Amino acid sequence: MSRISETFARLRSQGRKALIPFVTAGDPTQAATVPIMQSLVTAGADIIELGVPFSDPMADGPTIQRSSERALKNGTSLRNVLGFVSTFRQTDNSTPVVLMGYANPIEAMGYEAFTEAAASAGVDGVLVVDYPPEESEKLTMALRTKGIDSIFLLSPTSEESRIEGVGRLASGYVYYVSLKGVTGAANIDLSEVSGRLPMIRAHVNLPIGVGFGIRDGETARAIAGIADAVVIGSRLVQEIEASTPENVAANIGALVRSIRTAMDA
Amino acid sequence: MQMYDLPDRNGHFGPYGGVFVAETLIHALDELRTQYEKLRSDPAFIEEFEYELKHYVGRPSPVYHAKRLSQKCGGAQIWLKREDLNHTGAHKINNTMGQALVARHMGKKRIIAETGAGQHGVASATVAARYGMECVVYMGSEDVIRQSPNVYRMKLLGASVVPVESGSKTLKDALNEAMRDWVTNVEGTFYIIGTVAGPHPYPMMVRDFNSVVGRELLTQMPDVLGRQPDAILACVGGGSNAMGAFYPYIPHKEVRLIGVEAGGFGIATGKHAATLCAGKPGVLHGNRTYLMQDDNGQIIETHSISAGLDYPGVGPEHAWLKDTGRAEYVSVTDDEALEAFHAMCRLEGIIPALESSHAVAHAMKIARDMPKDKVLLVNLSGRGDKDMNTVAKHSGIEL
Ligand SMILES: Cc1ncc(COP(=O)(O)O)c(C=O)c1O
Repeated sequence: MSRISETFARLRSQGRKALIPFVTAGDPTQAATVPIMQSLVTAGADIIELGVPFSDPMADGPTIQRSSERALKNGTSLRNVLGFVSTFRQTDNSTPVVLMGYANPIEAMGYEAFTEAAASAGVDGVLVVDYPPEESEKLTMALRTKGIDSIFLLSPTSEESRIEGVGRLASGYVYYVSLKGVTGAANIDLSEVSGRLPMIRAHVNLPIGVGFGIRDGETARAIAGIADAVVIGSRLVQEIEASTPENVAANIGALVRSIRTAMDA
Repeated sequence: MQMYDLPDRNGHFGPYGGVFVAETLIHALDELRTQYEKLRSDPAFIEEFEYELKHYVGRPSPVYHAKRLSQKCGGAQIWLKREDLNHTGAHKINNTMGQALVARHMGKKRIIAETGAGQHGVASATVAARYGMECVVYMGSEDVIRQSPNVYRMKLLGASVVPVESGSKTLKDALNEAMRDWVTNVEGTFYIIGTVAGPHPYPMMVRDFNSVVGRELLTQMPDVLGRQPDAILACVGGGSNAMGAFYPYIPHKEVRLIGVEAGGFGIATGKHAATLCAGKPGVLHGNRTYLMQDDNGQIIETHSISAGLDYPGVGPEHAWLKDTGRAEYVSVTDDEALEAFHAMCRLEGIIPALESSHAVAHAMKIARDMPKDKVLLVNLSGRGDKDMNTVAKHSGIEL
């Protein structure tokens, strides 16, 4: 069983839901990334989504765009990000790490080299924002041979036939993007989410994470009531932006802990 | 003769093209593809489009024998396809007119567009005004400064121009921002992409609307010359004017197709936008194609004296035509393009766009070594009124 499936199985037996924070690797500095990851785990994160910075983050709002720009200015490449995961694995062998990013850095490295390097670094899942299922069969198969899960997005406009298609290709969990727009754009519409989840569950036999637009403990708690995992990104990246390299890990930890507490209350 | 019927139904030209977007945009693209596939073979739609091209755009555009320019080169005869004479001054309106009609058929009341030089922005603002639609144009904040006359034109036409501050603050960032707007306002908004790039069906749709250029040539050239030209040359930014001229000629193997990219300060300096000449395949803006990128797959900043060629990608169909050898791609530097610009002004009384000047420059270069009875047809994609500030500044003159 993969680390991601194990994590969800354990949480299920405890009657808890997964908290999945997203941070951009290399933001605010390369040196801060592994301490931030460790701090996220200590604060109660179950899975970490680690953003691979890209020069043209088309699906992201201003907050995550700026974090990508900071990380690139620090010279953070996909190879560096894989290095952070290796380092993280030296002290943490149980928390799943999912790389989230755009296609081109992976294309530039090549599928074979990437899957090879990701597996040996200890990556558990890969979410490529601009690879819809139609364009990602090759990478998905390559990742599968290494036991790495392919995470896919579903949106409010995904039709039933697409949800079925994602259900066939995805493993680990699927990520329901709860609003129309880019990351960090607005607040989540709870009734929309609860209306959509039954249809997704009918076709996808995997845990469902919900993200985009979750900004506080109260909303996280409400989402945890209906989904299997809560993904929080822009709100954390904002906190990173407002911190210094010295206090960033502690600040992020405090924020995630408050969300965890609200979710479990 | 082998049939050429690309793209396939998923928008692929061999390994290029496709639909590389986030799930949030898939539905909108499916809807557009379904609608456009119906419209492109609907005689009533085609008739409506052709009527607008004739009475509003001013088509067909003439072909013209640039005799004095040819004489100066002393070799092959240079002919021009006068897209500069279209309403709004470039080929861009062929496409915006077509897409505006598609938007109307889909009941969309709000138009968004990205622009670099501002030509596509002006052409979008124009058709939006023509049909009473709201229009928002995204433009890199660097380009807003470089191309201020076009910003004012767009505003006169009732569009709002949004300066984009992210990334390199140029065309590629304007495209990112337009995509973000689209995904947020997808229900009532139609995104008019300005070149043969983006996710399927855009590369096919923009090609179809611009291929009126090549179709006219197919009959015009035998009329004026008694035969087809030996080569067709066009500048390539994203590649829409080139694709429009090339597409109907793909089966005519005896006609060479030559795309001319922006060599900037020279390929060796790294400061250029010659994507097909010096880039590598990758994924950006919804399709797989050649890109200007670093070893880590990050998109790098490009340079060209002409804002309209200053783009790190290129249409996927050009990538395919390059790999298959059906078309050739070369580059021309800023200085060579400027030289051709001035030659056109002095010898032909035509002020060409700096983009188009690249194609003219390459024609002048190869004409010299060709016999006098050979014919090079240059797609003169636009006029140079918009470039007065750039050219003057380059000559050390403050306007
Ligand atoms: C006159 C003219 N020619 C060419 C281009 C380049 O675009 P494309 O390569 O899509 O024809 C532009 C773009 O702004 C333009 O204004």
